[in-house]
Amino acid sequence: MLLTLTTTHAPATDLGFLLVKHPGKVHSFDVPTGTAYVMYPEATDDRCTAALLLDVDPQRLRAQRDAFDLGQYVNDRPYAASSLLAAALAKVFRSALRGVSKDRPELAAQPIPLEIRVPVLRGTAELATRLFEPLGWRVTAEPIPLEPAIGGDSRYLDLRLTGTIRLADALNHLYVLLPVLDDAKHYWVAPDEIEKLLRSGEGWLAGHPEKVLIARRYLAHKRAFADSALKRLEIDDEPTGEEEAELPVVRKAPLAEQRRDAVLAALHDVDAARVLDLGCGGGALLTALVKDRRFTEIVGCDVSAKALEVAARRLRLDRLPERQRDRVKIWQSALTYRDDRLRGYDAAVLMEVIEHVDPPRLPALEASVFGHAKPRAVVVTTPNAEYNVHYEGLTGMRHSDHRFEWTRAEFQEWAIKTADQHAYAVSFRPVGEEHEATGAPTQMAIFTTKEEVSA
Amino acid sequence: MIDVPELALVALVGISGSGKSTFAKSHFKPTQVLSSDYFRGLVADDENDQSASAEAFDVLHYVAGKRLAAGRLTVVDATNLQPHARAGLVKVAKEHDVLPVAIVLDVPEALAWERTQGRPDRTFGRQVLTRMHRDLRRSLGSLAREGFRKVHVLRGPEEIAAAEIRYEKLFNDKRELTGPFDIVGDVHGCLPELVTLLRKLGYEVVRDDAGRAVNAVHHDGRTLIFVGDLVDRGPDSPGVLRLVMGMVAAGTAICVPGNHEQKLARKLNGRNVQLTHGLPETLAQLEREPAEFVGEVKTFIEGLVSHYVLDGGRLVVAHAGLKEAYQGRASGRVRSFALYGETTGETDEYGLPVRYPWARDYRGSAAVVYGHTPTVTPEWINNTICLDTGCVFGGSLTALRWPSREIVAVPAAREYYAPVRPLLPEISEKPDEGLDIADVTGRRHIDFGYGRTTVPAENAAAALEVMSRFALDPATLVWLPPTMAPCSTSTLEGYLEHPSTALADMRAAGVGKVVCEEKHMGSRAVVRVSRSGLGDAIWTRTGRPFFGPSLDGPLLARVRAAAGPLFDELATEWLLVDAELLPWSAKAGGLIRERYAGVGAAGRHALPAALAVLDQVAARGLDVAGLRDRIELRSSEIDGYSAAYRAYVQPTDGLTGITLAPFALLAGAGVSYARKDHGWHLAQADRLVAADPELFTPTRRMIVELGDPAAEAAATDWWLALTAAGGEGMVVKPYDGLAVTADRGRLVQPGVKCRGREYLRIIYGPEYTRPEQLAGLRQRNLGRKRNLALREHGLGLAALDRLADGAPPWRVHELVFAILATESEPVDPRL
Repeated sequence: MLLTLTTTHAPATDLGFLLVKHPGKVHSFDVPTGTAYVMYPEATDDRCTAALLLDVDPQRLRAQRDAFDLGQYVNDRPYAASSLLAAALAKVFRSALRGVSKDRPELAAQPIPLEIRVPVLRGTAELATRLFEPLGWRVTAEPIPLEPAIGGDSRYLDLRLTGTIRLADALNHLYVLLPVLDDAKHYWVAPDEIEKLLRSGEGWLAGHPEKVLIARRYLAHKRAFADSALKRLEIDDEPTGEEEAELPVVRKAPLAEQRRDAVLAALHDVDAARVLDLGCGGGALLTALVKDRRFTEIVGCDVSAKALEVAARRLRLDRLPERQRDRVKIWQSALTYRDDRLRGYDAAVLMEVIEHVDPPRLPALEASVFGHAKPRAVVVTTPNAEYNVHYEGLTGMRHSDHRFEWTRAEFQEWAIKTADQHAYAVSFRPVGEEHEATGAPTQMAIFTTKEEVSA
Repeated sequence: MIDVPELALVALVGISGSGKSTFAKSHFKPTQVLSSDYFRGLVADDENDQSASAEAFDVLHYVAGKRLAAGRLTVVDATNLQPHARAGLVKVAKEHDVLPVAIVLDVPEALAWERTQGRPDRTFGRQVLTRMHRDLRRSLGSLAREGFRKVHVLRGPEEIAAAEIRYEKLFNDKRELTGPFDIVGDVHGCLPELVTLLRKLGYEVVRDDAGRAVNAVHHDGRTLIFVGDLVDRGPDSPGVLRLVMGMVAAGTAICVPGNHEQKLARKLNGRNVQLTHGLPETLAQLEREPAEFVGEVKTFIEGLVSHYVLDGGRLVVAHAGLKEAYQGRASGRVRSFALYGETTGETDEYGLPVRYPWARDYRGSAAVVYGHTPTVTPEWINNTICLDTGCVFGGSLTALRWPSREIVAVPAAREYYAPVRPLLPEISEKPDEGLDIADVTGRRHIDFGYGRTTVPAENAAAALEVMSRFALDPATLVWLPPTMAPCSTSTLEGYLEHPSTALADMRAAGVGKVVCEEKHMGSRAVVRVSRSGLGDAIWTRTGRPFFGPSLDGPLLARVRAAAGPLFDELATEWLLVDAELLPWSAKAGGLIRERYAGVGAAGRHALPAALAVLDQVAARGLDVAGLRDRIELRSSEIDGYSAAYRAYVQPTDGLTGITLAPFALLAGAGVSYARKDHGWHLAQADRLVAADPELFTPTRRMIVELGDPAAEAAATDWWLALTAAGGEGMVVKPYDGLAVTADRGRLVQPGVKCRGREYLRIIYGPEYTRPEQLAGLRQRNLGRKRNLALREHGLGLAALDRLADGAPPWRVHELVFAILATESEPVDPRL
């Protein structure tokens, strides 16, 4: 991978003093993943270019990656600029990065005309512009096309930056933003990365409009780290909802909360004490159920073992007092199989679950929930597709895993048919702000078993 | 002589020093005897610690329960002098539907005291023994009342010493009868239909002087079995009884009682029963019979055993069916289940009790044949079948031939009695109703006939997610392709895989003749097509649908059309085809773009840029030749890598450009083709290609006699030519078919893949052919991959066998699920 840095500030060869690398030589440095070279393809008084070339040794790179990752053998790391290049840059141009120059201290402190080229870098032109332009760079980012047989552009850019900027600032921009554009780290991100980010970001990160994105990506999406870094930059970080995380709208949390409250209200209306949360996911509803003492037994079920781990962590199950913990159970189960453990409960909740099931498999879900588990009541919520017109910029469905989204008529048709088949009565409620033409964003059906007819 | 049922809970009763342990040791195996002393020792380190008794008995009951559940005779060596202690044992016995038996050892108190004093660990006083003796006297009279079905009292040391145990079989144990049988459904007084059915089955009806049918014999020595409900509602219940009673007496028939016989017997015994459900008709008909006959009927019914286990345990007959835990057991609830079945406590819209669908949950290996619930057509559900086809309601009278499982039926002459509710299939045909999460989750041991495997719980958990979130309906998904191991690593210069090791692998496995098949680089596709088109599907190696209904539908229609002649010729309604869907880009377009082509584009852009810099540096007189050479080599490697995946990218538009390369015909209705040789499989594939050359791609092949150097050299040349033209490589398979076994019946790998040198660049990276890299890669370990491949292959073969045998859906699904679960074992994905 390669990066070139050009100045036209006469005498341009002073660049060699600033970088502490003589233009008349080829410099090489051993770095953990290979060898870094610094050399000068041109070095005249008018124009001087330093090139940093990192020759990655695939075998040494491999030793750092998960042994069973196919990407270990086929990957872009030897070609695309990434944290590997940033790390090499920090090692090779250490003093320049700090703005220190023994030979040319005034030049080091002064903005000079610079051209930077990174021939291959992951990212979109749009993001590259958002990241570099606020820092005073003119950005030219050309997407690298895939081969004609396949067509279209690859995920890589050929990036050129021009501007009149202090060299140390330029290097710090690159040091932080190359890994941010690449959005991956080749090493384990420890808390000291926060310090590195704040140090390199001094003077420009706090005022950067994309500071949240920069902090998150730089800190490998570790929320706690990013929060701490941002707090130190004196900014608040807004929380995200779960199911609505992919929606192109800002108002996420309110609907998730309204839906949770509506489900809780429905459970109280049917007088449920022992409840199943089927498809509990990471436990968004479970936490609310646990807080409400009226629920004496709470069972969270999901087919994803990973989601259940998240739920258990979120509920702090291992730290709850015994009596509390006994109220809560977390089981792996799949709604397309019947499960004897789920029989005999007061109510089952399917909150934003059915739309994740392929339509041909819905009868299996109906048979296992309404036919086999047969709780006294079933509460189902699902998006109302009619409402989608209000989500500006939304094309298709609200979540990439949704197999369908129903209109109110479609949902009611399904619910009434299911209720009939399994001897339940059903009623409907809107959830969220109702719109005259399209109804509410979420629709809810409440199924209750018909009173037993005595023989 | 002490008679003890083969399966029983035997309680020894006697005071301390009465010789219980000695008696137990001389008559039973040590593992059959659970001694309270021993369990006190287990929980308290002291066999005499009476304060530990409650805990000790808790464990003892638990162990007894486990033994009884497994059908093992269990003897409890404890004093058992207190009613509450015995009640605990009776409870355990009842819970497992076995008979509690008491053997009382009654010795004089003085003798017991003498023995007790001889034991240093017994420290209690004489008064304790006296109290025990008093308890024993009190107990003697109440044992039978407490629920012990047999009570043997041995008085004095001589009688105890002389006692011998004789095991008796339970009445329901007729495993020694192997038939062949003809099992007849509910007759309900329909004598004319019964006689017609018997004739149709080949029986000769014997009549008495009055012309009444009193017996029926089959010249091949077949035995009839009646599932009960001989009487009520129909025109001639006495006539049916006379015939069946005659046959049972003559040994030509076996009969289990139905609820209608049960009620009739109660009425005949003078009990007050409701005169409903056709009983009045029977009573009226019996009034015309002599009192003597009515007496015989009563005796006959009272002598009937509620269910039988027959044919070595392979067949169970009970009127209303019988769940596995109750088979071969004896208790009130076993009898009740056999007569009435299990109800949910609810009633349906006709006011009839809702029956619990026990057959849906049935997982037993014995076939259960029963009646009781009228259905339209008898159908096997999880190895159970109901033969009541409502003859008396105008349906038909049905018999099942055993062991051939052939159905023979005669229609009713007319409707003799109007049904309360219309005849309906007992279980609606929703395939998933047969699938229980307990059939697939948790740590599971599976013996699949070709071997045994353990599916770890975490693999099952991962598979559950894929199966329920992404895969097709399990009823459709009857097979998944096994993973395939590569050939042994080649040491030939420049090669990681080479035909020489592939052929050597097969030779080493004892295979004489192989077929080398061109390996298509696309996406594995399993296709199920049928004449009717119903249930047709195409799925990936993880059971997912391919492109979605809009493309899968038309694709299947074309396969169906091409397979038309095969349906006729192979006399099957459907076929399961193993194939590769081409081009690779059709299904893997995203992956190719994101990973392979992306890396190619990055490399082809980055390396020339680096070379340009180096050229400029060199032009300034600096020496970068070594570095330049390395970058240059890289550049040519990335070009080779790009060419490798580019070969599998072709434009497709809808179905245009998509082809299928079939290479095996796995199964048809009632048959697995696993044992057909590959000549046959490829011939069928060729016929599909001939029928629709646009849709199907032929599989090039070469048959090689192993050990013939010329043939092996030809195969190598063939492979070199294939791979030079951009082919992925070849698969070397034993010619004789999919289920080839070697010594000691162990399965041979169904094939090993031998991939081309250039192709492997997209697996091992652009620069893998460098000598130092190859040296490292040659250390790859194939053991785990081979093991997985063989296990998945065996599971798949077993699934095809079970499918052919008409096994219940869950039996096929547990294997298919296990294949998917095995896929989540960590293994080097490049193999």
